[in-house]
Amino acid sequence: MLAKNIYLLEVEAPLIVTKALPGQFVIVMASSSSERIPLTIYECDKKNNVVSLVYQVVGASTLELTTVENDLYSIVGPLGKPSILVSNIDEYKDKKVLFVAGGVGIAPVMATLNYMSSRGVLCDLIYGAKSSDLLILEDKIKKSVNNYKIVTDDGTKGIKGNVVDAMERLEDYDVCLTVGPVIMMKYVSLKTKEIGLKTIVSMNPIMVDGTGMCGACRLVVDGKVLFACVDGPEFDGHKVDFDLAMERMNIYKTFEGRKYLEAIEGNTHHGGCGECNHE
Amino acid sequence: MNKVQMRSRDKETRVNNFSEVNLGYNKEEAQKEANRCLNCQNPRCVKGCPIGIKIPKFIEAIKNDDINLAYEIIREDNLFPGICGRVCPQEKQCESMCIKGFKGDAISIGSLERYVSDEAIKNNIKIDNKKKSNGKTVAIVGSGPSGLACASILQSEGFSVTIYESLHKAGGVLTYGIPEFRLPKKIVDKEIEALVDLGVKFVFNAPIGLSFSITELKSKYDAVYLATGAGLPRFMGIKNECANGVFSANEVLTRINLMGAYNRESKTPVYEAKRVVVVGCGNVAIDAARSLRRMGASVSIVYRRSELEAPARKEEIKHAKEEGIEFLYLTNPKEIIVENNEVVGMEVSLMELIDDGTERRSVKEIQNAIKKIDCDMVVMALGTMPNSLILNDSNIKTDTYGLILVDDTKTNIDRVYAGGDAVTGAATVILAYEAGKKAALKIIDDISI
Repeated sequence: MLAKNIYLLEVEAPLIVTKALPGQFVIVMASSSSERIPLTIYECDKKNNVVSLVYQVVGASTLELTTVENDLYSIVGPLGKPSILVSNIDEYKDKKVLFVAGGVGIAPVMATLNYMSSRGVLCDLIYGAKSSDLLILEDKIKKSVNNYKIVTDDGTKGIKGNVVDAMERLEDYDVCLTVGPVIMMKYVSLKTKEIGLKTIVSMNPIMVDGTGMCGACRLVVDGKVLFACVDGPEFDGHKVDFDLAMERMNIYKTFEGRKYLEAIEGNTHHGGCGECNHE
Repeated sequence: MNKVQMRSRDKETRVNNFSEVNLGYNKEEAQKEANRCLNCQNPRCVKGCPIGIKIPKFIEAIKNDDINLAYEIIREDNLFPGICGRVCPQEKQCESMCIKGFKGDAISIGSLERYVSDEAIKNNIKIDNKKKSNGKTVAIVGSGPSGLACASILQSEGFSVTIYESLHKAGGVLTYGIPEFRLPKKIVDKEIEALVDLGVKFVFNAPIGLSFSITELKSKYDAVYLATGAGLPRFMGIKNECANGVFSANEVLTRINLMGAYNRESKTPVYEAKRVVVVGCGNVAIDAARSLRRMGASVSIVYRRSELEAPARKEEIKHAKEEGIEFLYLTNPKEIIVENNEVVGMEVSLMELIDDGTERRSVKEIQNAIKKIDCDMVVMALGTMPNSLILNDSNIKTDTYGLILVDDTKTNIDRVYAGGDAVTGAATVILAYEAGKKAALKIIDDISI
């Protein structure tokens, strides 16, 4: 456990480690009856064939992941395209990049940031969390980022406020990459749009297969319907329809809530409310 | 004499569960039906079968109550009789050619094939027709019907076959697409198990194009067969298609079948809806409609042509109607109506058929014939396209639709073959099967020596 409800998951997966690049994701299943959960890759240890993932418990399925003792039922990847920054590294060699991370979005951000800075790209970071006890990977950030700002909603560490409040001197940067809650990426993109700073966002919608088969992850980008799993997960933040993306995240809210309560409280939530048909 | 009708589960109670609808023949019924077969000198049914199963021969064996022999005869051409007996459109293939069908009912070949398979499973009959290893290796990409068929033939002929599958389970559309009540997964598992017994190896969670490229596979194997199917769902491009409550049939079926969402143990949700509109009238549309009916919704199928043009198997349409699914023919979606980004209805336009002399009549909109249908879920079942992901870094040539171009199952890259939906576009299980068989024979020809 890295912080309250935030976990590090390390999986031996030679097939994934040899091919994965920052920005790509995997899909894991805790058991044969589990949901398929997409998680963006944090680190790939090529020596030991271990892929690391960071996740936050948000429902029954992520809660179940914390209970896996030995082997996951399955892991598949690398899925999606590598980060746009990574794929176009030559273009960004002598440029300055602003990374904006929110919550567990810091893990994939650090993957791309390390890749870029080890190739001579200047990288600054703004990292926001609800509160200081939810900040993770601080040692790694200290070690690899010269110029970074911590932001917390409640002001228990760093700047009090949200990440957008900490976004200054944007004209110094050539590109911005932001990963975190959709609402945060929306406001980061609105802010950078003011001065026309190119902004890349990493979308994490609901998915099933992750290979383009189901269409659950469709997004509207620049008026066109795209699949986050195969066309992304990264897109031009100034072109994504974030409001639609947020609506689509809520499709299974009620179902997930019920499963979660069942998982943490047991057989308690069906006593004559008339809403469920559990026997 | 009429054919012996296969018994099916009561239509009132079957909509409450996912148990198989068709119950199969018992011995008495099977023999009675088999005895209707004339055992023609020149059997037309065999010509109607894409993979040329020796139909009158296995029916003769049923007449003599020799299930072992019947099973052996079928297995010479088909390692998956349990699957094919259930999902082939027999009325368009073998049974359409049966001489008995000219005056009365054709022999129920599919039902008899299924009977043999069920009995073989019940009595645990195993047939080992494997030849000595020839030292050659083949990689097959995709574990759907085409890949399985190709694997079964090559492995039997002494090749060492490895199947790469991107999902966590084998079977392709047999597993994620076709629902339990039409094709029980234990039948699929059994027939795949028989392949494993034969020595076929499976690598799961291996999305080709991402974890391996075709070029890499080629360097490790003597031949590669691409049986990657057509998995990408099509949408209509009408207004509000990204609203909450609009799904591809692929997503609905994958959640229900592969992820087992009909079972309370499963953690994967299905959208809770009371009134569903399924767009399209192929087998996938009917599968989605009947699945959602079983999840408790009332369901209508909206199709722009008439029942005559519908690509679905006749039996599926019949079963769907019995289960209370409404068919709105000559009806075409115009836009999805939403409130707060949630589906509340669909605007449709009524169509009319144009007799333009073609076999599959086309349709046109009747002017000003717009209607509104109330619904809280829309499922698009408009057919599927091949997935271009697979061909990453491979230089394999495709047409403008992304279909792999082949010359007698060979792609433009040496030692790489392709077949099934990835080549033809979305078709049926048995046509994919036929393609797998054809490619296997080609591979045997090309690389055996």
